[in-house]
Amino acid sequence: MKIKLTVNGKKYERDASESKNLLHFIREDLGLTGTKEGCGAGECGACTVIMDGKTVNSCLVLAVEADGATIQTVEGEAKNGKLSKLQTAFKANHAVQCGFCTAGMLMSSRALLNKNPKPTVDEIKHAIEGNFCRCTGYTQIIEAVQDASGQLKKRGGLKRA
Amino acid sequence: MLDTIPSKDLKHIGKPVERDDAIEKLTGQALYTGDLEFAGMLHAKLLRSPYARAKIISIDISKAQKLPGVHAVLTGKDLHYRVGLYLVDKHIMAKHVTRHFGEAVAAVAAETPEIAQKAVDLIKVEYEELTPFLDATKVFDKDVPLVHPDLGRYSYIKEVFTPVPGTNIANHTKLRKGDVEEGFKNADYVFEREYTNPNVQHVPMETHIAIGKWDIGDRITIYTSAQSPFTVRNLFSFSFGISHSNIRVITPYVGGGFGGKAGIGLEPLVCCLSKAAGGRHVKLQATREEEFSLLPCRSGLTYRIKTGVMKNGKILAQKMTMFWDAGAYADYAVNVTRASGFSASGPYEIENAWVDAYSVYTNKPFGTAYRGFGHVEFSWGVERQMNYIADRLSIDPFEFRKINAIKPGSKTMTGEVITDHSGNVTKCMETVAKAINYGKLTATEKARELKTGMKIGKSVVALHKAPAMPSMTGTVVILKLNEDASVTVNHALTEIGMGTYTSLRQIIAEVLRWPVERIKIPIENDTDRDPYDWQTVASKGLLLSGNAAILAAQDLLDKCYDIAAQALRAMKCDLDHDAEKVFVRHKHESFITFKQMSVGYAYPNGNAICGPVVAIGRYIAQGLTNLDKENSQGYPAIDWTFGAHGVITEVNPKTGAFNVIKVASAYDVGRVINEESVRGQAIGGMIQGLGTAMCEGYIYNKDGKLLNPSFTDNKIPTALDLPEEIECFAVETPQVDGPFGARGVGEHSMIAVCGGVGNAIEKAVGADLTHMPIRAEDVWKALQKKLKPVKAKKK
Repeated sequence: MKIKLTVNGKKYERDASESKNLLHFIREDLGLTGTKEGCGAGECGACTVIMDGKTVNSCLVLAVEADGATIQTVEGEAKNGKLSKLQTAFKANHAVQCGFCTAGMLMSSRALLNKNPKPTVDEIKHAIEGNFCRCTGYTQIIEAVQDASGQLKKRGGLKRA
Repeated sequence: MLDTIPSKDLKHIGKPVERDDAIEKLTGQALYTGDLEFAGMLHAKLLRSPYARAKIISIDISKAQKLPGVHAVLTGKDLHYRVGLYLVDKHIMAKHVTRHFGEAVAAVAAETPEIAQKAVDLIKVEYEELTPFLDATKVFDKDVPLVHPDLGRYSYIKEVFTPVPGTNIANHTKLRKGDVEEGFKNADYVFEREYTNPNVQHVPMETHIAIGKWDIGDRITIYTSAQSPFTVRNLFSFSFGISHSNIRVITPYVGGGFGGKAGIGLEPLVCCLSKAAGGRHVKLQATREEEFSLLPCRSGLTYRIKTGVMKNGKILAQKMTMFWDAGAYADYAVNVTRASGFSASGPYEIENAWVDAYSVYTNKPFGTAYRGFGHVEFSWGVERQMNYIADRLSIDPFEFRKINAIKPGSKTMTGEVITDHSGNVTKCMETVAKAINYGKLTATEKARELKTGMKIGKSVVALHKAPAMPSMTGTVVILKLNEDASVTVNHALTEIGMGTYTSLRQIIAEVLRWPVERIKIPIENDTDRDPYDWQTVASKGLLLSGNAAILAAQDLLDKCYDIAAQALRAMKCDLDHDAEKVFVRHKHESFITFKQMSVGYAYPNGNAICGPVVAIGRYIAQGLTNLDKENSQGYPAIDWTFGAHGVITEVNPKTGAFNVIKVASAYDVGRVINEESVRGQAIGGMIQGLGTAMCEGYIYNKDGKLLNPSFTDNKIPTALDLPEEIECFAVETPQVDGPFGARGVGEHSMIAVCGGVGNAIEKAVGADLTHMPIRAEDVWKALQKKLKPVKAKKK
């Protein structure tokens, strides 16, 4: 079936098979491989993208369901070759380790900040609750979102005994 | 190395330098193996065993072969190679018999994943189900089924391991120190208990994936998500009898490992499929379910500890028996047995020690390395045992730990003498005790108890670990000076997320006195291009690679000084340098820049000398020995990293539901190289430890079928599971042979978390826990049979 959608501000028109999910469509048909597959079952959040303002697990959405939708993926976060404030905060706060959850984590954080520019720590935790990260233990990610929203008092936190 | 320089004199070391790979990862530009495409690439899918142990009577692949788009169908029958890390016991796919639920039985390579799956569905297998062997503690029972009846014919590393043919014992590690029976005789009290852990999955966010291409002429190219390209190459070469030089292994960005991607995984299978398909690239990505049951997990452990102790709290003797549930293949499990065997007492000195550690083959998914390499599992038993004994001696458990803690002059279980430079576990414990106000409840905590009806408990636990690695583990760092006086580094420690590459950049920049921005270490590794490194495991990367980096940077300066001495007609001893140039110390206007000498220096008339600058640093672990196989005495440890956690929990005394309020952790890292990397490892590992402590673990039915191979039924911690407060401390007792005094801390943060939680729960409500993970229902059950206060019984 022919579908039309806007991804990261660019319009696409493609044939999509009825059985293909949005994740594979984005990766294989559009060549945007920044979005990752972690489980294929909607549990881990690695494939999170923003669809019409809301985060979705793109592995649970059929490509044909995205007909007419406006989508943001990780590739749409930097503008004009410059990292966004959110990305810069992730970098500055060491919120990235292996990087495989990062795209989804950024999209969940982005959707939160779009709606709620000054989220509390609790609101940040709830926003990224569906995104598994096995490396960081989440703390530096939460700090990055606080930093991006101008709420982090001090970066870092390792104490010398 | 360079461990005596005061921190205040260091420009880059100790600072939170940002990660060099962050931009690629934050923009989606980083290419992982799954993001790679090649013209004509095929996709593989697998058929897997539904039984824990079964005879394969027949496999009918005829329909699958006929499906359009299918290029290769293979079964175990077609593949005559064995693979194995220390004990060569595994076929590439099940041959004649399946040994665990989820084992690969047949594989298809086709033009799309969908066609491959369709073909897999057309394969018919006839099995005869056999009685599986599932309980590692029954290893000495008579007439149990043998997982590997041919064990006596397998090749293995004889200097280090001891399989017992005719049994299910893949390795038996023996440790004997002092006289344990005499110790028990002289002890005032003897306590014996048993502690258990299930299999646990690593859960890297990126599942295992490999792309293989086996060219006509037997040249092999592999792209893989692996922790060690060189180990993949070495094991591949051994199994297939193909020269190392004809095997090229490339690791693109790797989405986490945690030990699960050490060794060799899907690589042999994709290469065999490629060969069968005429040399096309074949890609195989494990599904999450396959990650749980096809690929390795952490071994389960049943740990029996018998401790003889004096009234004053000094442990005199300890007998430790470990039944490691290694699953169907030995993989790393035999080495986990060895490494955990020699440190099975935790960071406590045991004068008279006896360990029997058995890796036991069972018909379950097989065990491998997992962050902590056995220490997470045995630490659960050790730390619970310490509290159990302390309570019965009416000594505070923290005081009891301090009495027995390893300190300078102590002898480890293998007979190594601990020195002032080995690290300070007592300081770690004292630091976290202070951070959680150990031993009392604050006014706020008392008010919280009143308000919530929950009971608050606190605990301090301690940990230690040394890298478990061959005695001759070595690495190389090569620096290539570029035209603009930047440096590109060739090095094959794999950056699986831990951040060591950034620390290495800091180390190189510090020695060169250059800005960090001029040092680049490409993330991808390639065995055809990079120099050898053994593995990215064991928390040994920072120490070994860091030292190699120092030596390489010093070599670069040395070579640049040689060029400058010649060009400036000066003695080397009179030269000095800054970030831009080498100059004569007593005549600053006489200099040449690093740019001028980068690819060969040319005099004003055009005459050139010296050629492009390439520097090399090689480092190898020194003074380590293979352990005596009869008593495990010897020198296995290049360094020990010690640490401690202070844990505060609150528990509902009626339901057993609990929350972790605070975890404070301290590690003696020798010297902090990158503050935020240390903190990232500290918190990340601690939360992974909380997962192990609170919710993760394999559940099988009575036939050995894995019941929870998914995130639906096998949760890992999310952001909502974080303790309310997390504090991290670095203790810095320099490691004399560590780079700037540093030692590794990648695995340690995960160790002892479970014991800390269990002990804090017991302190709060008296629930005596011996099995992890600890779920609310486990606490509730323990509360139902709450032990009446038992006085220590004199023998």
